[in-house]
Amino acid sequence: MADPILSLSSVSKSFGPIEVLHGVDFELRPGEIHALIGENGAGKSTTMKILGGYIDQTAGDVLWQGQPLRFTHSDEAEARGIIMIHQEFNLAEHLGVDQNVFLGRELKRGWRLDHAAMRARTAELLAQLDCPVDPSARVSDISVPSKQMVEIAKALSRDLKVLIMDEPTAVLTERDCEVLFRQVERLRDEGVAVLYTSHKLSEVKRICDRVTVLRDGAMVRNSKVSEITEDEMAEAMVGRELSGLYPAKALPRAEVMLEVENLSVPGMVEGASLKLRRGEVLGIGGLVGSGRTELAEAIAGLRARSGTVRLEGKDLPAAEPHVAMTRGLAYLTEDRKGAGLLLEKTLRENLTLPLLDRFGGVLIDRKAEEAALDKAIADFAIRVPERNMAVGNLSGGNQQKLLLAKTLLSDPQVILIDEPTRGIDIGTKQQIYQLIADLAAEGRAIVVISSEMPELIGLASRVLVMHAGRVVGELAQDEINEGAIVRLAMGLKDSEGEAA
Amino acid sequence: MAHAETKTRRRGGSIDLKVIGPIVALIALVLIGVALNPNFLSYANITNVLARSAFIGIIAVGMTFVITAGGLDLSVGSMAAFVAGLAILTMNVLTDSWGVGLPVILVGVALALVAGLVAGLINGLLITRVGIEAFIVTLGTMGIYRSLITWLADGGTLSLGFEMRELYRPVYYGGIAGISWPIIAFAVIAILGEVVMRHTAFGRHCAAIGSNEKVARYSSIAVLKVRLATYVLLGLLVGFAVVMYVPRLGSASASTGLLWELEAIAAVIIGGTLLKGGFGRVWGTVVGVLILSLIGNILNLTDFVSPYLNGAIQGAVIILAVVLQRKTGTDR
Repeated sequence: MADPILSLSSVSKSFGPIEVLHGVDFELRPGEIHALIGENGAGKSTTMKILGGYIDQTAGDVLWQGQPLRFTHSDEAEARGIIMIHQEFNLAEHLGVDQNVFLGRELKRGWRLDHAAMRARTAELLAQLDCPVDPSARVSDISVPSKQMVEIAKALSRDLKVLIMDEPTAVLTERDCEVLFRQVERLRDEGVAVLYTSHKLSEVKRICDRVTVLRDGAMVRNSKVSEITEDEMAEAMVGRELSGLYPAKALPRAEVMLEVENLSVPGMVEGASLKLRRGEVLGIGGLVGSGRTELAEAIAGLRARSGTVRLEGKDLPAAEPHVAMTRGLAYLTEDRKGAGLLLEKTLRENLTLPLLDRFGGVLIDRKAEEAALDKAIADFAIRVPERNMAVGNLSGGNQQKLLLAKTLLSDPQVILIDEPTRGIDIGTKQQIYQLIADLAAEGRAIVVISSEMPELIGLASRVLVMHAGRVVGELAQDEINEGAIVRLAMGLKDSEGEAA
Repeated sequence: MAHAETKTRRRGGSIDLKVIGPIVALIALVLIGVALNPNFLSYANITNVLARSAFIGIIAVGMTFVITAGGLDLSVGSMAAFVAGLAILTMNVLTDSWGVGLPVILVGVALALVAGLVAGLINGLLITRVGIEAFIVTLGTMGIYRSLITWLADGGTLSLGFEMRELYRPVYYGGIAGISWPIIAFAVIAILGEVVMRHTAFGRHCAAIGSNEKVARYSSIAVLKVRLATYVLLGLLVGFAVVMYVPRLGSASASTGLLWELEAIAAVIIGGTLLKGGFGRVWGTVVGVLILSLIGNILNLTDFVSPYLNGAIQGAVIILAVVLQRKTGTDR
């Protein structure tokens, strides 16, 4: 086995008085894909940022080819071939793909930029990645998976020694994931050391060679992937046995709560219809971009639409989110950071934002707000180091719980949940699944939109599948399985279950 | 971009420079003033400084809401001049038919308020309904109002009739308990503004919209209405400032209210409101207004530095204020 190229030796990190990493040892070797997994807040990001030269450790050493090293800036790490691909892309949206790939390291001929060379090289890299994007396209015009590929192309364009990937597949479809895996494997075979994080343990099993599990800032497990099962990984992460990720499904009642007929959103959704009953969890599957989110947003009044939406038998006007909310319909966005929470504001301000008129008269009743926050923290088991902290400082799982609390504050009877567990750890996932089941058991009607097949199968008693803006199929109870959902989602004509 | 785990701190520290910075600067200015000229703290000087600050101050309170909600208004200076000209013209015309008297002033006051409100409404509608950038819209209306007042005054000065001026004069020069009306008006509006910003849904919604408009929209806030309201409020306050301003000189010209917009914006920023929106505080704006007028006042009272350098020093203070604010925010 090759010697480690980059490693951590009893590294600790404190933020102010709080130590978040406790003496972690970690080794990245050339030609090895090393998974780093753990719950949100376990210290994965901190570990990655120390390795990538973005932040300094408080104690211990970062070793480069066995020699202690201290980066003062991430540029120095990059100069050595350590590249980190962030979960939030580092792309200049208004520049072209080629301009992004060579940003800061532009190829020149004399003092002038060599556009042709950069474009040609970018085209080569993208071809390697099976990515059909035009090198001269503007980044803001390309799809999210393509942006990911551009990030990878950017990394490939350098002399790459260590590649650190922060949940690269969170935004990718399954097909794109496969392309990504092939590329990562190719890089490994070329001798690159890869650090890979993901909440999807099946992926870790699929492409990683070694896995390190972090829990509460300490390393709790380090072994070859071949010697550990997915269940063992999950248990090491959570620190307890995980029995039954999905709670028992509640039985739908007769009363129809939400009825959508022939709903269209120009260019996004065409003639979608659905019925949702009290106590039901209805799943909506389909690929990213199939119109699932747009359908939900149109129902919630966040998008212009045609067609009718009836809530408890009465028409709901289009494009009036406030009316939808006061009538008891709530939508939880898939875009937690962009549309869900104000990251630089406190928990209290976020929690009560949609419902300020219920907290006091002319003046806001601060005490009532604090009481609501107390209740939300208790009800949703939100872990808050400091009550007045900015929401952006919370871990993803706790942000999601707060967003749930915010969405449910108006006590809605119909709840549309878009990607309930995106980017959160398995322990929190279990809590959220339980919550969804409890809400349904209380008699609320719930729609769960998800890209994660097991989630739809585990939660929903009925699944609609969308493809290219249309509802192309409906699967009931025992028809719900991955194969059926995928066939419909890919737009394959299937004998069973044409849209009603 | 801020990443979750790196910034689990702040606020824990003892005193936030962002909060006390402007106050410290203000206190320092007062001490400098006292050291340089014993008359600095005299009743006459303080009253003079505060009363002159009132116009910019009243406008800056409204500007705080606009900027907090992620907007900007460059037109307020020209708007003030135009509204003042309109009010003076109207009062002069009415004097001819109604004679000198309170009704004429009341109509003038009402007209100033309505004109300000309408001007703010026009800005707001162009920004929210037509969807043009605030910078562009208000740059345009700034030019329009400035040109209109020049045209109304035919390149010269519009003056209120002498007798009317005598009657209207106490609104600026009078007061109760030795405190002049403009100071009282400024104080009342500042206090109301602070309460609205911190303790009402409107203030919270402004901050939410400036912080992330999409989140605000997804939280079922009527984003366009709130944004429109900030411009209307600002227009109304411009009208109100004009009501206090007209009795001071009794005239309006092409140079009335020149650069007021920049002074108002500068005061807002010095006070700690974020130029990109998302966070605003009215008391900070008040401190900002006072800092700017004290600089001018101190330069006038001393021979130390030429008063002509007033703008240079104010400019340096503005830049310094933003640098200091950023220093404390770099770990975000």
